Amino acid sequence: MAHVFAFVETRGADLRKVGLEAVTAARMLADKSGSGEVHALLLGPPGLSSKAAQIGQYGADVVIVAEHAGLANYSPEVAAATAADRIKSTGYRAAVFSTTAQGRDLAPRVAARLGVGLVTDVLSFEIEGDSIVVRHPMNIGKVIATIAITNTPALIAMRPNVISPTLNSRASRVETMQPTIDPASVRVKVIETRKGSGGKLDLAEAPVIVAGGRGLKAAENFKLVEELASAFGNAAVGATRAVTDDGWRPHSDQIGQTGRLVSPELYIAVGISGAVQHLAGMRTSKTIVAVNKDKDAPIFKVADYGIVGDVFDVIPALTEAVREAKKQH
Amino acid sequence: MKIAVCIKRVPDMDVRFRIGADNVSVDEAGLKFDINDFDAWAVEAALQLRDKNPGSEVTVISLGPDVVQETIRKALSMGADRGIQLKTDKVPFDGLAIAKALAEELKTGGYDLILFGKMSPDSSNGVVGPMSAELLDLPCVTAISSLEIANGKGTAKRELEGAQEIVEFPLPAVLTVDEGLNTARLPSLKGIMAAKKKPLEVKSAQIPQQQVKVRKLELPAERKAGRIVGEGSAAVPELVRLLQTEAKLL
Ligand SMILES: Cc1cc2nc3c(=O)[nH]c(=O)nc-3n(C[C@H](O)[C@H](O)[C@H](O)COP(=O)(O)OP(=O)(O)OC[C@H]3O[C@@H](n4cnc5c(N)ncnc54)[C@H](O)[C@@H]3O)c2cc1C
Ligand SMILES: Nc1ncnc2c1ncn2[C@@H]1O[C@H](COP(=O)(O)O)[C@@H](O)[C@H]1O
Repeated sequence: MAHVFAFVETRGADLRKVGLEAVTAARMLADKSGSGEVHALLLGPPGLSSKAAQIGQYGADVVIVAEHAGLANYSPEVAAATAADRIKSTGYRAAVFSTTAQGRDLAPRVAARLGVGLVTDVLSFEIEGDSIVVRHPMNIGKVIATIAITNTPALIAMRPNVISPTLNSRASRVETMQPTIDPASVRVKVIETRKGSGGKLDLAEAPVIVAGGRGLKAAENFKLVEELASAFGNAAVGATRAVTDDGWRPHSDQIGQTGRLVSPELYIAVGISGAVQHLAGMRTSKTIVAVNKDKDAPIFKVADYGIVGDVFDVIPALTEAVREAKKQH
Repeated sequence: MKIAVCIKRVPDMDVRFRIGADNVSVDEAGLKFDINDFDAWAVEAALQLRDKNPGSEVTVISLGPDVVQETIRKALSMGADRGIQLKTDKVPFDGLAIAKALAEELKTGGYDLILFGKMSPDSSNGVVGPMSAELLDLPCVTAISSLEIANGKGTAKRELEGAQEIVEFPLPAVLTVDEGLNTARLPSLKGIMAAKKKPLEVKSAQIPQQQVKVRKLELPAERKAGRIVGEGSAAVPELVRLLQTEAKLL
């Protein structure tokens, strides 16, 4: 039997799209390696169990629900202990995580607890004999590595948005378990949570990202970017380091080498020059649009569609046109 | 306070890389190397803490071939007190193998605080810090962008998706450093002179078997050349048409 484990990321009692991507990836791995089952772990506050059936629709045979009132927020210690213990006791061929802020924190802890290798930011995977072979960007995406993971379980953390959640309905069983350590006993205590400015959609999962750069001239002009994002309805807002350094946006919005790595369906760069460090974070986006007044700006080298022009002229018109286009659907 | 900072020597990323003849490494000819930015911020954080807490000591540790001594000297010239090279011919890709070798050394040091960068740009792994913390069974906060230590307790800010958390942790602890924590100081001339006399110990690294191995490196496919749709807001209708018909995104 080659069962595969998936860690389903949640936010409060809501599933995240990356969680469904992890289940889909686990389903693909289980099917490729024979007749294995997918076991998906849902860990969080009470109320999560109502989401179990939905996980089954994406291909989980077993949905493991570990609810606890102390888990309103991600708890690294509880998540690492619970996932590692469950993986150890069942014995899986592979375990799938997500390369998000949460997943980047969790997956290495689980790997170390299990004493097995891990590859993060996985773009694709294959099974070859005893190895799981994955592709992973190195050198800020300027080199792509093909990497063999020989350990069992093989731990991989998928890059968000490279796999679409795919329906593959199973008559899933639900198992409940207790988190293997008490959330009240953790060593690192969260004493305050501040909501970010990013709105409901996170950069990792938004199908559309509208990102702004210094070309916007001032913090208050970021509303042009926000309005375009809200015209799309399914867009998150990102920024360059020039912008986060100046405090116009929080660091968590920064896209690039030292910020977030994203690959949405559509990336709209507004007043962004396209420095290599910025491109490192977004060049794998499926379609890139750039608006910049300098026709020689490097961003145009990676943009599928460019408009040479002033953001204060172009973006309001684009926002209006997108609103119109959306209305017609 | 005894503080350790794990630092990595990495190539400057602002180049066009070439794949080496072995197909599994990057051709290093012509590349410039320096301390990983995240690690430089970690060194800076350690130096600031040391200066606030008299009697403290900052040790920098780098695993790799003899060339990493340059990186260690750089941190010493910024002001770190002593360096340790964990010597090995080649830095493995497998983060757990690196973490095990570092943890072997770290557990003997009696450190109150162990700092890592959030990620090294060459491996693009972002795993060695939290892995080391687990191996050492120490509390760990990843990707911090603020830090305060007082009375044996630390407070840090960490960025999560859509939120920031303020967390409190006991010492000893492991932290990984994100951008925004500080700006790293440049070595002064005096610092560079002083660094030459600071202790740099060389020990052989205990690297366990690697379970994750690079088989092949490639350059990514170039993006297809794009096109300029037009100028100014007059080009908007054409852009929207292309997004609808070609990219099928609207
Ligand atoms: C180690 C390191 C790591 C880094 N990491 C990151 C990172 O993670 N992310 C990141 O983004 N950067 C990063 N940077 C910084 C990066 O090098 C650039 O400085 C930054 O991306 C530039 O941001 P920008 O495009 O907003 O600003 P600028 O480079 O100043 O570009 C502004 C652009 O706006 C255009 N413009 C101006 N006015 C208008 C107007 N009215 N209408 C239309 N266009 C206009 C200009 O033509 C210009 O192209 C890093 C740098 C270093 C050294
Ligand atoms: N060879 C090394 N020597 C010392 N520290 C390292 C080494 N490799 C990684 N690290 C540390 O681990 C962090 C994360 O690296 P990585 O997991 O490779 O992205 C780096 O920022 C360093 O702090």
